[in-house]
Amino acid sequence: MIEVQGLAKYFGRFSALHDLQLDVSEGQFIALFGRNGAGKTTLLRILAGLSRPSAGSVTIRGFRPGSQDARGFTGYLSHNTALYLDLTALENLRFYARLLDLACSDGDLETRISGVGLAGRAREPVRNYSRGMQQRLAIARAFLHDPALLLLDEPFTGLDREGTELLTNYLDEARSHGRTCLMAIHDAPLGYALADRLVVIEKGMVALDLERKASTLEEFQGRYRDLTEEC
Amino acid sequence: MAGKVWAVLRKDLLIELRTKDSLNAMLFFGIVVLVVFNFALESLRDSIRTAVPGVLWVSFVFSGTLGLNRMFASEKENSCLQGLLMVPMDRGVVYLGKMLAAAIFMFIAEIVIFVCSLIFFNLTVWSEIPWLILVFSIGTLGFTAVGTLLSAISVNTRMREVLLPLILFPVVLPILVNAVEATNIILNGPDYRALKLPLAIMTSFTVIFGTVSYLMFDFVLED
Repeated sequence: MIEVQGLAKYFGRFSALHDLQLDVSEGQFIALFGRNGAGKTTLLRILAGLSRPSAGSVTIRGFRPGSQDARGFTGYLSHNTALYLDLTALENLRFYARLLDLACSDGDLETRISGVGLAGRAREPVRNYSRGMQQRLAIARAFLHDPALLLLDEPFTGLDREGTELLTNYLDEARSHGRTCLMAIHDAPLGYALADRLVVIEKGMVALDLERKASTLEEFQGRYRDLTEEC
Repeated sequence: MAGKVWAVLRKDLLIELRTKDSLNAMLFFGIVVLVVFNFALESLRDSIRTAVPGVLWVSFVFSGTLGLNRMFASEKENSCLQGLLMVPMDRGVVYLGKMLAAAIFMFIAEIVIFVCSLIFFNLTVWSEIPWLILVFSIGTLGFTAVGTLLSAISVNTRMREVLLPLILFPVVLPILVNAVEATNIILNGPDYRALKLPLAIMTSFTVIFGTVSYLMFDFVLED
């Protein structure tokens, strides 16, 4: 589904990604690990079409990232919620539903808002929400058009235990429906539990790439620690 | 497409209605400019109508620039722009929605500033109002057509409040000069046929720069 070859991204003289290679098959769930500044967010932003690569090629189902076709089946969720604080939860989802050409009634949207644990708060301005509540609503927004490719950049940020369970269930369901997912995450046990492929990015390159079933959590954590300590 | 443009426009109007962030600043600044000119031009009281076109457009443009600065700043909060860019639609839709919202805010500010100018400068212009509305409308559309694109460019820079006027004013100079000229003809000229040239230049500018900005908008938003 995704083919990344020789990908590089420079911000001035700083190299965020350097000759990165990555192939992702349809339906795979990849957990991206790496230290802060390793290049995970830059990679996800390029795949989402929010940032242009400095060199190399990236295709998603044969389309250029950010093209209208690619955006049609891509959902992006980061720790920035992309919600309008002065609109209510319902107005936020209604706005995105209109732009996405979804025929959702207010009732449908309220059901989705209730589904992320915000029942009874749909008509309240998002500004009144806590950080975790905003992240829950952002989950509902990102999954609104049921995208085939999910790009998740530290999606568990700000979520409490209940919110984490909720997102985990969403992701499990997405995987069972054959959705492809790339998720940047720092929590190794959680990432290991969710993904079927584990990729460590270090200094803008893929430093480790293995199938989950090829390694136990302890083995993976050991190799991950060794890699980040070496660097 | 029209439905999506309306969705973006409606969202901006709704947020402005609740926060009044842009309009309050635009109105306050525009009226302060008028007050300053009212005192500065005291000695020209007898021929004030010749000075009013320039005074009005300085006031419109300064308050309009404040509004344009806010246009994309609100989208940066919570990375809302990122959410908009991920929607599988022509990104020109965002430009059109934002441009129309900016034009509406600026037009509202212009109406209030204009009414204040009638009071401050003791003008009577009932018969000229339809012509003035025409000139203000085209001038506003031309100004916001360019301003919306440049606001999207400057919002990603550290000194956006300073940068926007620096890059905007030289580009919109043709429309400003002709808007002042057209307003002058309406307020002071005996023959409205002279309006033809400035209006033609303003309309051409608006159409050309509006089209170019619409087409270029996709490229200015990516990193």
